[in-house]
Amino acid sequence: MSGPNFSNPVVRWIDHRLPVFTFMHHEMHEYPTPKNLNYWWNFGSLAGIVLVIMLLTGIILAMHYTPHVDFAFQSVERIMRDVNHGWLIRYIHANGASFFFIVVYIHIFRGLYYGSYKAPRELLWMLGVVILLLMMATAFMGYVLPWGQMSFWGATVITNLFSAIPGVGEWIVTLLWGGFSVDNPTLNRFFSLHYLLPFVIVGVVVLHIVALHRFGSNNPLGIDVRGKQDSIPFHPYYTVKDAFGLGVFLTIFAAVVFFMPNAMGHPDNYIPANPLVTPAHIVPEWYFLPFYAILRAVPDKLLGVLAMFAAIGVLFILPWLDRSPVRSATFRPLFKIFFWIFAANCVLLTYLGGKPAEGTYVILSRLATVYYFFHFLILLPGLSIFETPKPLPRSISQPVLGSGTAGASKENS
Amino acid sequence: MAETHEGATRRDFIHVASATMGAVGAACVAWPLIDQMNPAADTLALATTEFDVSGVEEGMAVTIVWRGKPVFVRHRTAKEIEEAGAVDIADLPDPQADGDRAPKPEMLVLVGVCTHLGCVPLGQKATDPRGEWGGWFCPCHGSHYDTSGRIRKGPAPTNLPVPPYEYISDTVIRIG
Repeated sequence: MSGPNFSNPVVRWIDHRLPVFTFMHHEMHEYPTPKNLNYWWNFGSLAGIVLVIMLLTGIILAMHYTPHVDFAFQSVERIMRDVNHGWLIRYIHANGASFFFIVVYIHIFRGLYYGSYKAPRELLWMLGVVILLLMMATAFMGYVLPWGQMSFWGATVITNLFSAIPGVGEWIVTLLWGGFSVDNPTLNRFFSLHYLLPFVIVGVVVLHIVALHRFGSNNPLGIDVRGKQDSIPFHPYYTVKDAFGLGVFLTIFAAVVFFMPNAMGHPDNYIPANPLVTPAHIVPEWYFLPFYAILRAVPDKLLGVLAMFAAIGVLFILPWLDRSPVRSATFRPLFKIFFWIFAANCVLLTYLGGKPAEGTYVILSRLATVYYFFHFLILLPGLSIFETPKPLPRSISQPVLGSGTAGASKENS
Repeated sequence: MAETHEGATRRDFIHVASATMGAVGAACVAWPLIDQMNPAADTLALATTEFDVSGVEEGMAVTIVWRGKPVFVRHRTAKEIEEAGAVDIADLPDPQADGDRAPKPEMLVLVGVCTHLGCVPLGQKATDPRGEWGGWFCPCHGSHYDTSGRIRKGPAPTNLPVPPYEYISDTVIRIG
């Protein structure tokens, strides 16, 4: 048993019987991490911290919120006006959802660029996609809770997606609603599930981290850590780097929460839900817009819904679509170009999802949707065959030190 | 990192300074998250109650609500006032003169919450048991209160509290 040597006798006593301190030391302190990680690697831990912020503020909001169609809207207004610091806590929670998606989308694109989904990290990647799906479900149901116009009609439109399923569609929608329209039973179950799912996310995040720590982080070069000379302990090097990134993130986050808290919201949601009047222009929250654009691009109800779900589903099989053994885009000249075209296409889809479904926007949506799937289903498998990657460095140390073994005996502790 | 100086190094200073800033920041964030549990503005707005006591006739008791708690308003009979005044104050577990508890002797106003563990004592209705001193009796753990609402026997440590109130006219009191 060569665990760390704790000086505190109480810690030693506990650790001998319940080795939590050894575990934490192993996974958060000495945990060997590639020494060349850049700032794009901050977004994993950042996502974890935002999840904690969302849990804390969410549990607090649940202390003041009333999940009933007659009281939900007023209870949210009471939080904004009467509850001590309630406005702050709600704005943190509402904007926190947006920032959670910003952080997670950057995290995903980092994985796409540096090939973090490739062997042996396929399950790590797939667990990440599961987290994304759970986040979407949670965010959607959370948006329904204030029971404003956008809450109500968002819930109506999204639950109606399931009516596209042949045969059992109507039955499923009635089951989701607990009635014949979105009403009090719907609000009640959405509240229950909105409280439950974040804890399910925590569980999957734990699995995500277990899978991560099996082989350690990928890195900007996309090559394996060859030995001690290629890695540094997580603490203090990456704890400090993550803490600095957190400081920058919180500065931006606080600026939005305090100075433009409704910038990413929709004013119609400050109108109480009215089941008899649909707002003129229904738009989901910005983080759903690319998928919404794909949904509307397909002129068939069932196929549109399928395309929308397939847009995320395709991520599950990504590790087997991109067969190139080279992970990092740094050494894949063609992939790098197409990565940025793909990213731009996603931005375009986001833009189109927020525009009315008419005229040029429809045509553009269709082109962008086709390109989205073209990238995954045709381009990536094709590149794996036809692209000639640049030569890889022999080790993480080599590009810096000239040789993978120079100075290898020098160890930091 | 070997220490290059005796005692504290510049690095130690940075560590302590950053940890201190972190602690200050965490405390600033923690306060709103804790303070939200305190009474909200709309709760505080309901913190006073007005009541017209003229409808409470002699020998009658009425229970009203103030801050979500029962308040006993009892129009005492001359016999009850006399009993309350005749007690030797030094013998009481929580010594207090009846005159200090009722500005108008006939109208006694009390928070109707047992000072033991918060049950509502019996004695408001004519048919209720009123304990050995003819005031109130708490059925939860057997505390007896006299006709001034003072604890006489049982586990309760103090008298039934008199809420802050004033007569805003001859017959209307404002509690809180």
